[in-house]
Amino acid sequence: MTSERAEWGRHQVDSEMYEDGNALAGPLGEIFTMDVTVAVSRCAGCGLAGPVARLHVYRHAPGWVARCPACEGVVLRLVRGPDSAWLDLTGAVSLRLPMPTL
Amino acid sequence: MGIVSPGFRGRPRESGPELPPGQYLTRDFPVLSAGPTPRVPLDQWEFTITTETGQAHRWSWADLMALPGDTPTVDIHCVTKWSKLGTNWQGVPLDMLMADVTTDADYALVQSYGGYTTNLPLQDLRDGQAWIAYRFEGEDLAPEHGGPARLLVPHLYFWKSAKWVRGIQLMLEDEPGFWESAGYHNYGDPWREQRYQGD
Amino acid sequence: MARLAGYRDETPTVRTLVLDVEGWPGHLPGQHVDVRLTAEDGYRAQRSYSLAGPDSGERIELTVERLPDGEVSPYLTEVFSVGDPVEVRGPVGGWFVWRPAATEPVLLVAGGVGLVPLMAMLRARRQAGSRVPFRLVYSVRSPAEVLYTGELRQPQPGVDISYVYTREAPEGFPRPPGRISVADVNSGGWPPEFEPTCFVCGPTGFVEAVADMLVALGHDPSRVKTERFGPTGG
Repeated sequence: MTSERAEWGRHQVDSEMYEDGNALAGPLGEIFTMDVTVAVSRCAGCGLAGPVARLHVYRHAPGWVARCPACEGVVLRLVRGPDSAWLDLTGAVSLRLPMPTL
Repeated sequence: MGIVSPGFRGRPRESGPELPPGQYLTRDFPVLSAGPTPRVPLDQWEFTITTETGQAHRWSWADLMALPGDTPTVDIHCVTKWSKLGTNWQGVPLDMLMADVTTDADYALVQSYGGYTTNLPLQDLRDGQAWIAYRFEGEDLAPEHGGPARLLVPHLYFWKSAKWVRGIQLMLEDEPGFWESAGYHNYGDPWREQRYQGD
Repeated sequence: MARLAGYRDETPTVRTLVLDVEGWPGHLPGQHVDVRLTAEDGYRAQRSYSLAGPDSGERIELTVERLPDGEVSPYLTEVFSVGDPVEVRGPVGGWFVWRPAATEPVLLVAGGVGLVPLMAMLRARRQAGSRVPFRLVYSVRSPAEVLYTGELRQPQPGVDISYVYTREAPEGFPRPPGRISVADVNSGGWPPEFEPTCFVCGPTGFVEAVADMLVALGHDPSRVKTERFGPTGG
């Protein structure tokens, strides 16, 4: 993440409209104390499991939309309003989070 | 409000009485996209209006082109705060497509190739307020802007003007679409600044 | 809150910002921060930038490329002055990181300013006294656009660097200018049997191409970590 993101008003090649799930670390970090991008999500559409950091993230939109890299189904959506955030995980069957050993 | 950065002004922003509250003027046409751009060959393209009873009215691309098009000049307002004034479109008025559709529905769920959806009251699609648009500024509508055809319903925030439109499901009950189910306002009137739920 | 403590111009269009951040909790190389700017009238803009250096107390470095059409990067590289405050949130991102305790070989593949988080890894390796072998394949348009030139020229035991010039190569450079190819990734990288961790950072198209090459060469996709900058490229 070394360059300016979300340049406003530039035309883009649509096949290059997405970034890696890594980009969600900041916005999700506003909500969760742990880093959710290292969690493994399972796609409700095709069943693929993989780190949230590997999802395809579309952010040139009214919210953040993270899609499965295999089937392009929506796994996670995040909308940040001025005083609320909406997080939709209906596209993820589960999230597996690394935890300290009991 | 955060720490003010000395000397930071941001992108030049104009606002004015012709703009809804909180909007800035842009001369560009920003591309917003929540997913990959669907590519639908025109010979397979189809637009369908389905009533609450399941009755489907279909138009092929050739059918749509055979209908007389309007050339509305309208202002568009994106919820991400840009507005663009005096944009020129060509498209078929929804009124014309609805002419032979018998329905008691009060609501519409607009569906796109690629899976996007958006909802609005059916009356907002009537009376010269909405089009299936296929040309922009004299050129075929580019895929990144929703081509071959998108809904154009400019009196609401632009996320309601679904790109890559595929059909409209008419319903007796309202059902939230893609952004409406994730925090955005159900109706989205820019002049009342209805951006988020609760606005 | 952060304050600009100093800066270094890496090329005519790329500047490294040295920031002091009170209460900085430390970070891992590869992590990034979100920088938020607020104008007098309340207008805000936010961008993400990779951390360019290893963890070093409350001082962090960001390397920012100025985009001619940009809204934030021209401010950060031309207007933002020593002593000025800026809102910085982070560090964030725990996946595209190299941990200095790791022992497997590392392949870094950088496209343009995608070098920045990979440079943080190289610097962290040196700082930690790690002996893990690193290879860097650095694709850049022309010699004039190479970042951290002096530092990269310093030989470091256990670190091999190969360059791919895409538009203009230095005189006498054996490889003609051109896009990165599977041969470049093969000869500049590690055999898959060594099971290296691969970090690829650059514009989306570049990352896509290199990740495909690595997998085609036999690298396990789970060991190929990518970071695209997204649509705006540089």
